[in-house]
Amino acid sequence: MKAFWSNRKARLGSLLVGGLILVALIGVVLYDANMANAEAGPILAAPDSTFWFGTNMQGKDVFIQTLYGAAPTIFYSLLIGAGVTFLSILFGVTAGFFGGRVDLFLNLFINIFLLIPSLPLLIVLAAVFQQHSDTISGPLIIAIVLIGTGWAWGARVLRSQAMTLSRRPFIEAARLSGDGSMTVIFYHLVPNMASLIGTSFIGATTFAVGAQVGLEFLGFGDPSNVTWGTNLYWATQNQALLTGAWWTFLPTGLGIAFFAFGLVLMTFALDEITNPSLATRRHFKASTGQQPDLDTAVVHSMPPKDVDFATAEGET
Amino acid sequence: MNFLLSKMGLYAVAGWAVITLNFLIPRLMPGDPASALFARFKGKLKPDAMEALRQQLGLNDAPLLKQYWDYIAQLAQGEFGLSIAFHPEPVLGVIKIGFIWTVGLSGVAVLISVVVGTGLGAYAAWRQGGRFDAIVPPAVAFLAAFPYFFLAMILLFFLGLEWGLFPLGMAYGPYSAPGFNGGFIYDLVSHGFLPCLTIVLASLSGWLFVMRNTMIGVMGDEYVCLAHAKGLSRRRIFVAYAMRNALLPSLTSFGMALGFIVSGALLTEVVFSYPGLGYLLLKAILSQDYPLMQGIFLMITLSVLLANILVDALYYVLDPRTRGGR
Repeated sequence: MKAFWSNRKARLGSLLVGGLILVALIGVVLYDANMANAEAGPILAAPDSTFWFGTNMQGKDVFIQTLYGAAPTIFYSLLIGAGVTFLSILFGVTAGFFGGRVDLFLNLFINIFLLIPSLPLLIVLAAVFQQHSDTISGPLIIAIVLIGTGWAWGARVLRSQAMTLSRRPFIEAARLSGDGSMTVIFYHLVPNMASLIGTSFIGATTFAVGAQVGLEFLGFGDPSNVTWGTNLYWATQNQALLTGAWWTFLPTGLGIAFFAFGLVLMTFALDEITNPSLATRRHFKASTGQQPDLDTAVVHSMPPKDVDFATAEGET
Repeated sequence: MNFLLSKMGLYAVAGWAVITLNFLIPRLMPGDPASALFARFKGKLKPDAMEALRQQLGLNDAPLLKQYWDYIAQLAQGEFGLSIAFHPEPVLGVIKIGFIWTVGLSGVAVLISVVVGTGLGAYAAWRQGGRFDAIVPPAVAFLAAFPYFFLAMILLFFLGLEWGLFPLGMAYGPYSAPGFNGGFIYDLVSHGFLPCLTIVLASLSGWLFVMRNTMIGVMGDEYVCLAHAKGLSRRRIFVAYAMRNALLPSLTSFGMALGFIVSGALLTEVVFSYPGLGYLLLKAILSQDYPLMQGIFLMITLSVLLANILVDALYYVLDPRTRGGR
């Protein structure tokens, strides 16, 4: 963790993500759904001292909507991120560990899912699922659909890592000592992939924010819920762009952008820690002092090429 | 040849999977959503359209295999069913024009984004640790964190509405007649500029980082070391040795990136009322036009597959290792 904190990108990224999670919590504590949906003031008032972010077409307070809408979007993104990562591990690690015919089949499956553009598939699925809208609520439909379609990218990365790791002596040893496949996978293989799984989780969460908000923007959410996605949906429905009401979409959009950016920064930081040659040199120098203690197995599994390069580049 | 064959095999299976998925989705959902969808349109459509919809949603008594066979036969004849939003029109007719706009817009945007992003990435690697490397890649990553449609809204609001530099949507103005003349082409470019800029800005990051990180890796390879030892100039090594070899991984990531970019382009079209498939998709969603959604899904997915095939063919030409038959 020390290596993670000494990286500037990691610090900034965690601050952004942590800060926005805090904002979301504050929003839930301070306000409730009635307050977020209340017609609090005049229609389309520009930001002033009473309405810090102005009001929208229905006279709702944009400040409250932005704060209150943060929680469902962030919460569902993390949930979807976790679900996607779980499926990625399941498919990717299984394929990489077993190899052979299992791998051939699963890899084909992964590659097909990677080729299909996500949004049109999501829409077709969500449209059919929506016929259930009495039994399943909007955000849950989106979560199910996103988890079902988003796992392929992570699975691909985890598969290649699992392939390299499962040829290592410690895995061989575990197998020879009589451990079953499941034990080897979950006690020996997966813990050694922790940092990569972390990266996959962050990546999946980033995907989840964008896709979730995109689907809600198109009208697949529950428009009576206040979330970041429906805020943007209502802003376009009310022609915010033509009435010049920039305050109805800018705060929410920037919230999404900063959350996603924070996540991306954290991914970069993890990449730089496991492959120091990628760092801009300032960070590189800062992190050479200590051994990254995040996950030594992964660091050792880096191809020697990169390690040589890191030292060569450090001298020039 | 092996490379090309296995790739083609993958695409064939993927194409079949997509077509089958399209058939299965409305049929395999729990609790019969198809009849719910169907019931919603009762009385709104002509009887023959209802019959077509019934077929498409699998609401007949024929065995699944027979239905599947009929579906494939219909697809082969370019029969995608009837649209509900544009009522008596067949889906294919509705999609055709939108398809051309989408391919044109995304095609141009992707090309610009690949060239600019790769260029910036290479330059950032060349100046690794310098001011350029410290500013440009994070800035581009920040832009990539914006959802496409939000970036589109910002650009449209500031450049279009506030400063009035660009028209506020559609693909060409109401007063210009399509034709091959200066006025219309200018109109086309000024309308397409902002949507294109949105897609380029939002998708730059992928190309930039793949290129930068591969370049940095390649610069540590033995043959680059040898080139240094021979006393070649740094620029020459960079352009003729490192860049050429670092370009290939960008090409391999093209396929996956394309799916993401096309998804974003569809949302961008919605914001700009650009008359492509994204805009049609929104109409289809608003009027719950399921056949149109399916048609667009198939059309986009199959075109992405085709684009991937073309890129792989290019890869085959560029990388001699893929041809290494011994």
